[in-house]
Amino acid sequence: MTSKSTSLTAGRIVDELKKCGITHIVWLPDTESQFVCEAVIGQPDFTLVPVCREGEAIAIAVGLMLGGKEPVVAHQNTGFLESGDSIRSLALDLRLPLLLLIGYRGWHRDSPITDSAAIFTEPILEAWGIRYYLVETDEDVEKISLGYKEAHETRQPVVILLGGGYEES
Amino acid sequence: MDSLEAQKVISRHRGDAVIVTTMSTNFEWPQVSTNPDMDLMFSGAMGKASSVGLGLALARPDKKVIVLDGDGSLLMNLGSLVTIANMAPPNLIHFVFENGVYRTTGGQPIPSAGRISFTDLAAAAGYASVREFEDLESLEGNMKTVLNEVGPTLVCLKLVPVSDRSPFPLTTFLSIIPRFKAALQRSSST
Repeated sequence: MTSKSTSLTAGRIVDELKKCGITHIVWLPDTESQFVCEAVIGQPDFTLVPVCREGEAIAIAVGLMLGGKEPVVAHQNTGFLESGDSIRSLALDLRLPLLLLIGYRGWHRDSPITDSAAIFTEPILEAWGIRYYLVETDEDVEKISLGYKEAHETRQPVVILLGGGYEES
Repeated sequence: MDSLEAQKVISRHRGDAVIVTTMSTNFEWPQVSTNPDMDLMFSGAMGKASSVGLGLALARPDKKVIVLDGDGSLLMNLGSLVTIANMAPPNLIHFVFENGVYRTTGGQPIPSAGRISFTDLAAAAGYASVREFEDLESLEGNMKTVLNEVGPTLVCLKLVPVSDRSPFPLTTFLSIIPRFKAALQRSSST
């Protein structure tokens, strides 16, 4: 019997981003998603663009997209809330297929959620009409390609919520 | 100097550079632009013009990218100076139109108006070059140098304060995106 994966590994996510043709990762480090970005440091397939604040990341990604590149934005759900006006007036209003990897701070499958960052994340995504997918383990990682494809088909941003525990490789 | 007159100078020298405008310059630049297909009138997400410009400059290192930013706008995204300096795109020229007020809302003063030095901020952040011009003659006389030097460059233009209220930012930004993308794709290396 094949055992079910219970962890999320950076290598699987990086491979999936490569499959999507991602060129740039516009990034502000956070506890939940930092392992992905750390794994791509020095890799020739990606350019990391570190930012000072999350709203910047959306605007930089928009410039990259208009210039013909394929960026992904990576930061935490707290930063997603901070970047609201950029998402509204750039990604949503301009109908740009932006893929976001959002660290899902405060989310737990098996225990009560008490962190307001997690409590408000999905209701806000739903209020804005943004599609999202939860990635908890390596078995979910193909949702990244699914989200990328959907973003391009619908010309809307799509969010990947990284909710799993992770391993280094 | 006068904002519109300064933009006429920039327009005469821009060649086929990409221009990113925001807020007040959204309404003045189209009056003087010589290459509207390569203009991105950027509305919304106030303060983020410099970040969009950075993305464009990274995506198209073969093109000059010129951002026409406002002082109030830049204050809303001051961290972008550090982000831009860190990525160090040599092809990015970041103009700051310093009039000391929020012109689009009727001329209220920006915080610490007249006491901020945007060139000092940019230099401390790590921009490769910073310049400040107080009159049109200096701007005109230095434009070729500005366009040819290795960036990122910040150019602060000292403007006469104005209190006229510009119309509220464009609502048709979406419509120029396909034209801009196509023009940029067609555009050959500079």
